Amino acid sequence: MSDKQTLVVIGNGMVGQNFLVSLMESEISEQYEVVTFCEEPRPAYDRVHLTEYFSGKTADQLSMVEEGFFENNNITIHIGDKAESINLAEKLVISQQGVEIRYDKLVLATGSVPFVPPIQGKDRAKCLVYRTIEDLEAITTAAEHSKAGAVIGGGLLGLEAAKALTDLGLKTHVIQFSHRLMSAQLDDGGALLLKQKIEALGVSVHTNRNTIEIVDGEQHHNKLVFADGDELETDLVIFSAGIRPRDEIARACGLKVGQRGGIVIDNQCRTSDPDVYAIGECAVWENQVFGLVAPGYNMARTVVADLAGDAAEFEGADMSTKLKLNGVDVASIGDALANTEGCMTYTYQNGQEGIYKRLVVSGDGQKLLGAVLVGEASGYGTLLQYCLNDIDLPENPDSLILPHRSDESVGLGPDALPESAQICSCYDVSKGAVCSAIEGGCRTVADLKGETQAATGCGGCAALLKSVLDCELEKAGLEVNTDICEHFSYTRTDLYNIVMVEEIKTFDELIEKHGQGRGCEICRQAVGSILASYWNDYILEKSHLSLQDTNDTYLANMQKDGTYSVVPRMTGGEVTPDMLIALGEIAKKYGLYTKVTGGQRIDLFGARVDQLPLIWQELIDAGYESGHAYGKSLRTVKSCVGSTWCRFGVDDSVGLAVELENRYKGLRAPHKIKFAVSGCTRECAEAQGKDIGVIATEGGWNLYVCGNGGMKPRHADLFATNLDKETLIKYIDRVLIFYVRTAERLQRTSVWMENMEGGLDYLKSVVIDDKLGIGENLETQMQHVIDTYQCEWKTTIADEEKLKRFRHFINSDEQDDNVLFVEERGQIRPATEEEHQHLKIAEEA
Amino acid sequence: MTEQDWIDICSVDDLQPDSGVCALVKDKQIAVFYMPKEQAVFAINNYDPFGKANVLSRGMIGDLNGAPMVASPLYKQHFNLQTGECLDDPEVSVEAYSIRINNGRVEVSL
Repeated sequence: MSDKQTLVVIGNGMVGQNFLVSLMESEISEQYEVVTFCEEPRPAYDRVHLTEYFSGKTADQLSMVEEGFFENNNITIHIGDKAESINLAEKLVISQQGVEIRYDKLVLATGSVPFVPPIQGKDRAKCLVYRTIEDLEAITTAAEHSKAGAVIGGGLLGLEAAKALTDLGLKTHVIQFSHRLMSAQLDDGGALLLKQKIEALGVSVHTNRNTIEIVDGEQHHNKLVFADGDELETDLVIFSAGIRPRDEIARACGLKVGQRGGIVIDNQCRTSDPDVYAIGECAVWENQVFGLVAPGYNMARTVVADLAGDAAEFEGADMSTKLKLNGVDVASIGDALANTEGCMTYTYQNGQEGIYKRLVVSGDGQKLLGAVLVGEASGYGTLLQYCLNDIDLPENPDSLILPHRSDESVGLGPDALPESAQICSCYDVSKGAVCSAIEGGCRTVADLKGETQAATGCGGCAALLKSVLDCELEKAGLEVNTDICEHFSYTRTDLYNIVMVEEIKTFDELIEKHGQGRGCEICRQAVGSILASYWNDYILEKSHLSLQDTNDTYLANMQKDGTYSVVPRMTGGEVTPDMLIALGEIAKKYGLYTKVTGGQRIDLFGARVDQLPLIWQELIDAGYESGHAYGKSLRTVKSCVGSTWCRFGVDDSVGLAVELENRYKGLRAPHKIKFAVSGCTRECAEAQGKDIGVIATEGGWNLYVCGNGGMKPRHADLFATNLDKETLIKYIDRVLIFYVRTAERLQRTSVWMENMEGGLDYLKSVVIDDKLGIGENLETQMQHVIDTYQCEWKTTIADEEKLKRFRHFINSDEQDDNVLFVEERGQIRPATEEEHQHLKIAEEA
Repeated sequence: MTEQDWIDICSVDDLQPDSGVCALVKDKQIAVFYMPKEQAVFAINNYDPFGKANVLSRGMIGDLNGAPMVASPLYKQHFNLQTGECLDDPEVSVEAYSIRINNGRVEVSL
């Protein structure tokens, strides 16, 4: 046995998991054997973004646990097993399934449960709560034969639940006990506007309603009866009337609990037993329960520090919050309800645009105490910083909420923030931490996200993070040099625009007018790609040849020994037996190593340059065309077999994949582009790992964008749902050409979008709402590319002049004697360096 | 040094503008590059010491800080076309050869 102590964590929700991650990052993790109990059937997932489950996110995507986390850190997790009792005297935890563990330290992270008011009929069928993935599954099932749903509770979670019901296609009601929505965060004015906005989206909001009973309905399954005698028929009823800490296990073992529930903790998050901590929503600190994740994470860090013997205190938490409810921006900061004695308020209301903003300032007008923002919340970051850091307000505080109609500069420059100012509250990233990451070499928001985790939680601080970055870079005199290389003082986007506006057709013309020197592999390739995207000329034209990387110049992929691989197109991964046989015969004839790729086609390796045209002649005769595996261009559209064959398929994924691949094949882009189409939400084609992913649903096609595998995998974001094919193609056309026009060189769609100001929402506004008015233009350009498609190999083979280049020596028919193969598993492979020497010696002997 | 021994490789028309070809000269693989604007030709060994393959003639060319260069198609190291020096690693270089255009023919001297 090891001499390690045992640390048990009860509960693997967001806070429990965050504690484990913080602990593993700390040096003291070495001192503990860690065991955790997780009552739910899956480890921690993102409850904050739970509604996204209804718009297509899967349980896997919501997971907060990195693959292999428990295994790699030697943490024992009992999934689906609830810790049932604690024996404080013997330091024992006993689970429902009979696991008994003796602990040295115990951390309770049992979370909370939705509060269900004690009204008659609350346990009737279709009366549910909204907290776990299982709850959501129950809601989905209950919604199947239902037409209407009512959420009891008009707070933050209640409104999210209402969004979920709307997404499920139900006529949705929100029943609020008090006279306004979000009564803890919003004042009357803000709440009224929110109500109007939500009602405009088709949700009926009923305020001042005290539900006293649920009975049989006539048209619907249930009927709510209110204290004033009114009634409302509905099928589903979702209770979302606040949360209650889960303290039963603590209560039973004798730990001190608060008057209104919750496990009492001190500033170190210790309970009444010094070896037992409590964190998150199950804990009560100075009579407060914190129903947000950020304070829970803060408690988790406090416990890790306390275990390490470092001084750390939990000192309460700011409950300011910013969110988007049904597309409506809502934010609440500090003393939003103006409860501070002697405070003053400033209010701005814009009825036409639906904006409401209120500032609560101290009696002397010096400090910001709180704020409410509805309809437009871009000032949240600045206002929060004023409030949290006690920064003196400008002379006219109302300038902070009045619209700026001139170019006067308002708002707080990031420079005014102290180093200690918290930029990201989800991950507690201070301005100081952001600055040191910038000193350490971070130059983009994406860099900072990776390095500090800032803006990777709720994302609310992204704009502030960007302004800190810009400000710091400027101060350091680090003008970020965005020049593509020493030959052009422009970005790729600039060059693209120049080519477009001046209708430039060759590299020589462009460098003569706008650049200097002879160019290099960076600008040549970038310009080659721009010209190809825009004009779509044959890339081996004499004027373009020198702009292509070796893969493009030989229309094949160079491998480590200088030989090439060949990938013919198999649209959607579909191939007839005859064509497959032909491919096999060709591979056999030329002795090529043959491997199936991840993109559902076949790669043939070991071809010499002089063999390429011969191989392609035979491939073309067999009906194949270029697969563009060598280009920064559309590669493949992967698909599952779809509704044609699959028992579960909802739509014809192969048919769509073939159509999309034929539509976009040959499109040159800043980087390679991959697609996939899945025929149902089982997602066998892994569409959510692709630049463009399409998933069939009962209601139409769901479009995902900007995902990728590779070195830094990223799940694609849901872009639009329930599309018909025409709209789907329109959106893809627009997304792709917008990417082609505005991305930097070798920037995948994921990084492109992450670096775009406004991110996904901005991209949606350009593509779906056509905010820039360029939608048609983008489609026209795509149509040009489609109309001018050619199989580059077919064109090449037909041109004697072009074929001259396909030989190793310009002055001899000899071959490269450095290319040597050996056999492995029945096929060739390049000889290793050692084998090279061996073979050479053998030859000379 | 006496009169150089020029070996004929090919016609200027066989060269590819702003890119390279490979010639076999006395069992050596010579990468030959052509910049038509300056009527300049360059010759270095075709063997990439990093990638350990005969591929430099298939790299992209241009200039860096005024020096004509080729970028290896394998791992993108840059080599000075006049001297053969690697611009990314001064320890490494490839052989560079004298080359000229003579009456429309390309000639190299080893």
